[in-house]
Amino acid sequence: MTQELLRLEKIVKSFAGVQALKGVDLHINSGEITCLVGENGCGKSTLIKVISGVYQPDSGSIFIDGNSVSHLRPIDSIRSGIQVIYQDFSLFPNLSVAENLALNNQLSQGKRFVNWGEVRAIAQEALKRTDVNLPLDALVGDLSVADKQLIAISRAILQDARLVVMDEPTTALTGKEVAALFKVVRNLQAKGIAILFVSHKLNEVLEIAEKVVIMRNGEKVLDTPARELDVRKISYYMTGREIAESYYDYAPKPNETPLLKVEHLTLPGAFDDISFSLRGGEILGITGLLGSGRTELAKALFGESPAKSGTIHVKGQVVSIRSIQDAIRNHIGYVPEDRLTEGLFLQRSIGSNIVTSTLKQLLSRAGIVENKKVNSEIGQWVEDLRIKTRDVSLPVRSLSGGNQQRVVLAKWLSAKPEILILNGPTVGVDVGSKEELHQIIKDLAYKGMGIIIISDDIPELMATCNRILLMRRGRIGEELVTRQTGEGELSAKLRQSAV
Amino acid sequence: MLNLRALFARQEFIIFIVLVVLCAAIAIVNPTAFLTVPNAFRILRACIVIGIFALGALMVLISGGIDVSFPAIAISALYLSTLIIVDTGIDSVPLAFALGGLIGLALGLVNAVFIGIFKLPTLIVTLGTLNLFRGALLFFAGSVRIRLSEVTTNFADATRWNIITVPAARGEASLHFSILILLGLALLVWFILRYTMLGRAIYAIGGDREAAERAGFNIVRTQFFIYGFVGLLAGIAGIVFGILGREADPFSIVGTELDVIAAVVLGGASILGGRGTVVGTLLGVLLITVISSNLVLLGIPTEWQRFVIGALILIGVGIPALQGLRRRAQRTQLIGAV
Repeated sequence: MTQELLRLEKIVKSFAGVQALKGVDLHINSGEITCLVGENGCGKSTLIKVISGVYQPDSGSIFIDGNSVSHLRPIDSIRSGIQVIYQDFSLFPNLSVAENLALNNQLSQGKRFVNWGEVRAIAQEALKRTDVNLPLDALVGDLSVADKQLIAISRAILQDARLVVMDEPTTALTGKEVAALFKVVRNLQAKGIAILFVSHKLNEVLEIAEKVVIMRNGEKVLDTPARELDVRKISYYMTGREIAESYYDYAPKPNETPLLKVEHLTLPGAFDDISFSLRGGEILGITGLLGSGRTELAKALFGESPAKSGTIHVKGQVVSIRSIQDAIRNHIGYVPEDRLTEGLFLQRSIGSNIVTSTLKQLLSRAGIVENKKVNSEIGQWVEDLRIKTRDVSLPVRSLSGGNQQRVVLAKWLSAKPEILILNGPTVGVDVGSKEELHQIIKDLAYKGMGIIIISDDIPELMATCNRILLMRRGRIGEELVTRQTGEGELSAKLRQSAV
Repeated sequence: MLNLRALFARQEFIIFIVLVVLCAAIAIVNPTAFLTVPNAFRILRACIVIGIFALGALMVLISGGIDVSFPAIAISALYLSTLIIVDTGIDSVPLAFALGGLIGLALGLVNAVFIGIFKLPTLIVTLGTLNLFRGALLFFAGSVRIRLSEVTTNFADATRWNIITVPAARGEASLHFSILILLGLALLVWFILRYTMLGRAIYAIGGDREAAERAGFNIVRTQFFIYGFVGLLAGIAGIVFGILGREADPFSIVGTELDVIAAVVLGGASILGGRGTVVGTLLGVLLITVISSNLVLLGIPTEWQRFVIGALILIGVGIPALQGLRRRAQRTQLIGAV
């Protein structure tokens, strides 16, 4: 029953002398759910682009249905039934569900006129194939991310897909939505469609995959049935080390007033009765699943969506944080989750991004911007945070993810915060850069800053925090001391918090 | 399908209600002046040119662009066509329309080259060509107002081509044939937008340009169609304007662009692209026309017309925006509750 659909042999791909793929083999059978895991920058995105025909490998061979394909272009890949669902879905928010489902199909048939009856029929057929129920007349822009994803999947299936590649499909989904997605995925599997699932959420990988392929530094390090694996083993193969980076050492000073103390903080519907304290030099992790209230808590501390009740003390003083200005006045800095939309002006230069929030302090007495001062400030941060660029007047979008994240950090650090809240500080950042960022964060804490890291990246929390709060449905479920907790233990606890 | 809540959420419906309420108010205050056939004809006549412009502006807005150059295209088409008719002595109305349409198309394609090929922002390009076209017209073709009746017979006579004439208190009132041009073009644009892939491409580009490109739509070709077609419509509107006013004045028309865009936006088109309908646009045109020609019957001084139009735009665009915000707030609450 299972038949070989796709086979890659010794695929090599280099970019500007750097080998992104160093001879990778992969084979996928029809009706098989394969998970491709690996840290950022391990080469999995490159591999997907080879499969979809976007990149041509430097050497190696590709077989589809056992036949060698010498030059796979995107259109060939689609014609042989390979569909990639990218993270942005490529949907039209202003058009109806029905039209979104049918449009690509109509277009590829070279239709010049629209038959709305046919559009509905195609859309219904698409939803039937994935066994999904959605209102055909609703505008796609009004739907949730999960529903949009289901539309993107249904549309792909409509193109007679035999292999659906999903790139990080669960990033923006809640637990319930992930379960619904997995149901659809199993449904497709039952119809003989192969799924290649790219993820770095290990618990999800173990739940859905039959086969797990692990990549590290451009090489395939493991290719094995999922039942032989556990979270610990996967993270070992992913990172190549049993324990993540060194722990962060923090020695509390006696009788010190906490930098930040939060008591009974509550925002109905988001979080409930949160109390904790943070001392200077501490790195406190806050973790929990999406929807556990972790991001809402961070936004409340930063005044973006203030809490309804409870008190916040900064250096022993009760403060009222009702707005972002209040937070900044109390020397609280916040680096948002989505740096691309919330943290940076992508078109503007690296330098101007760094000084946007502090330009006022760099003015001369007459209120004129002093270029010399500004430039030395920018130069200082580029050096301190090791931002790799040849010219600070280049736009931020020219930088890699890791370096963009440093610019966001620089922007906030230049405002001289004493308390820094980092939300998902290394999302979308490659491995090497990640460790450097962790080192930078630790250095800041050594100098006395109090840091809160919000993340669901367990190795990251283990490597950087001295204490971790586990949030569950808007409450603090447990407080863990990193030194006394194993990585497997933490991830098991995080997984349990879903139920 | 047609449930009441969906109907109320539609901008077309809101604007229709506003229009009905406004007309009712004017009719109650001043029935003898407002509720008459001649007045209805007058309002319709005033809708024709702005209506044809609005159809073009609608297409541009849906595609996510903005065009302010169409008045300059219209007056260039009218003035040049008149000069050609006078010079050649071929005094024919169909020729006038053909010339006007062709000149409009050509000038529209100039916009298309800058927007489609050089990928410049649409507002900047059309602001540029607005001044470029008009300046070139005044410099090369002249700035003298031409009275059609002094130089042509048939072309000038077209002013009296009416489809309905009724007796009125003083003389008679007529409905000009060019209302049929507006209705015909409206039908054409409605068909293109709703039933052709080209029309859907316009919506798709306005909704998400990158997704449209990935889906396989030809963006540049679509933009050439849009701006060329807008130019064609503007050229035709220019000739109609000349016929209705019996003159070709190079200083006229320019300045109406913002009223036209206001009418389209009031009719539910999104300035950010992706949304808009022909029915809504025609209602928006009707509303703006009633306000600018009949508010005075309510006893409201003409100085207030601008104020009312401005207020209507803010309200008309504000209500859907607020509804959107509320919807989003509900959704985030839902996520928070999980």
